[in-house]
Amino acid sequence: MAMLQLTGVRKAFGDNVVLDGIDLTVSAGQMVCLIGASGSGKSTLLRCMNLLEPIDDGAILLDGTDISEPGRDPQPVRTRIGMVFQSYNLFPHMTARANVELAPRRVRGQSGAALSDRVAALFARFGLADRMEHYPDQLSGGQQQRVAIIRALAMAPEIMLFDEITSALDPELVGEVLDVLRQLRAEGMTMVLATHEMGFARELADTVCFLDRGRILESGPPARIFETPQEPRTRAFLSRVL
Amino acid sequence: MPTRREIFEARQRRRANLVAAGSTGLVVLAIVVLVPLAPGWEAVQRSFFNGEVFARTFPGLLNAFLMDIAIFAWCAPLIAAAGLLLAIARDLRAPALTPVKLAATAFIDIFRGLPVILVIYLIGFGIPGLGLPRPWNSPYLWGSLALILVYSAYVAEVIRSGIESIHDSQRAAAQSLGLSPRDTMRFVILPQAVRRVVPANMNLFIALQKDVALLSFIGPVEIFRQAGVYKSLLANFTPYVGAALIFLAITIPATRYADHLMSRQKRARS
Ligand SMILES: Nc1ncnc2c1ncn2[C@@H]1O[C@H](COP(=O)(O)OP(=O)(O)O)[C@@H](O)[C@H]1O
Ligand SMILES: [Mg+2]
Repeated sequence: MAMLQLTGVRKAFGDNVVLDGIDLTVSAGQMVCLIGASGSGKSTLLRCMNLLEPIDDGAILLDGTDISEPGRDPQPVRTRIGMVFQSYNLFPHMTARANVELAPRRVRGQSGAALSDRVAALFARFGLADRMEHYPDQLSGGQQQRVAIIRALAMAPEIMLFDEITSALDPELVGEVLDVLRQLRAEGMTMVLATHEMGFARELADTVCFLDRGRILESGPPARIFETPQEPRTRAFLSRVL
Repeated sequence: MPTRREIFEARQRRRANLVAAGSTGLVVLAIVVLVPLAPGWEAVQRSFFNGEVFARTFPGLLNAFLMDIAIFAWCAPLIAAAGLLLAIARDLRAPALTPVKLAATAFIDIFRGLPVILVIYLIGFGIPGLGLPRPWNSPYLWGSLALILVYSAYVAEVIRSGIESIHDSQRAAAQSLGLSPRDTMRFVILPQAVRRVVPANMNLFIALQKDVALLSFIGPVEIFRQAGVYKSLLANFTPYVGAALIFLAITIPATRYADHLMSRQKRARS
């Protein structure tokens, strides 16, 4: 069934039309990868899904409810959608644990041993049990990004959005973050990723969407997109990055 | 074993220190030799640098400085609290709170735009002039209020610049977790902003410590006023020099400390 469904989503910044009629369906348990040149609208699309940007036209349905309705309170929706950013965006004045516990405390009203046990289990699950009391600047980029993922997961979201989460990392740290994504995939998490890791997309995605100037020019299973791309622009993009 | 580079750098450092010491010595020597040659030097020395007057008035000045410290001590926390509230009020986005936002903006613009001494005169003479009963006619009270009004406007602007310096991605991260705008401000933006502007605020509080002396114009007997009393009594300006030394003993270390914090922050962020 469709967990997240976008129809005719349009978004412009001034005269700059960044999303030009996006139709996209993400089913429960699926992993969808957005690929495309820098500036093609991948980040904007993810930010719109999480209501960080209001869309101009079209609709975004989460579990059948129109969450993009103008005037709707975005907060409850955001608690159901987790998001991880390219630049980690951890809160630098809080320990890793405090970063993770803030939203469950303030938004869900959780506290006490129930919360701290659950958070400790999350850290352990992603191999960071001994880093809980560290501040972000005491962690490597890969560790920071894993904490950012844990922080989003602590809200028990139904779907996770990842915006080029390995792009800011040193090459030798990319692997540990991709392993986390593999783990989530195996656990059946619904995910949408903007990524430049073509090998990873090919290995794990259910659907790959090629974005070009705010449109999904071509989408399908990774084998088809990567091996027999139909559009000349897709072919040109792939020949540049592969 | 020092490396070749370390040996070279040590030699460079020695030479630089030597040159610095030499040129400083020359300038000091010139001042010591030349200034006493000025025709009015003896008169100036007698009325500004009189050792006997200094020794007689210094304890009294120190005692009066306690009043400056007391005024500073009760104003500072109120300024910090009011500055924070004003900065938050100025950043309000809810339409219903627009009047609060406008009032905060007007307050900040007005009190940042006036000379401190003018505010002290207007409030310090104006309000007691209403004929209020004791203790409501105290110049200490209204003089302090004048300082609080002006300096909370400065502090508010500094904190607001701190809020604006926090990258938007921090707000996006907080919002994506479902935090309310209020919690985002309280737990994510403000703690970072306030930390970032600690050195700037320290400089403001150093300025406040000096401006406490302005209250002497409306009555309170603090160090500047006390120095004036001694000057009239002894027909000598040395008490003012004593007062200056007492101020410097506080403000120079505090300024150095603020600079140190500032450069440490700069290093931490680069
Ligand atoms: N907040 C914004 N204001 C104005 N223009 C923006 C903003 N965010 C993105 N854009 C523009 O939208 C276009 C797509 O950007 P983005 O979604 O970041 O692409 P991608 O993530 O694929 O590199 C770019 O031309 C960019 O300049
Ligand atoms: Mg992007």
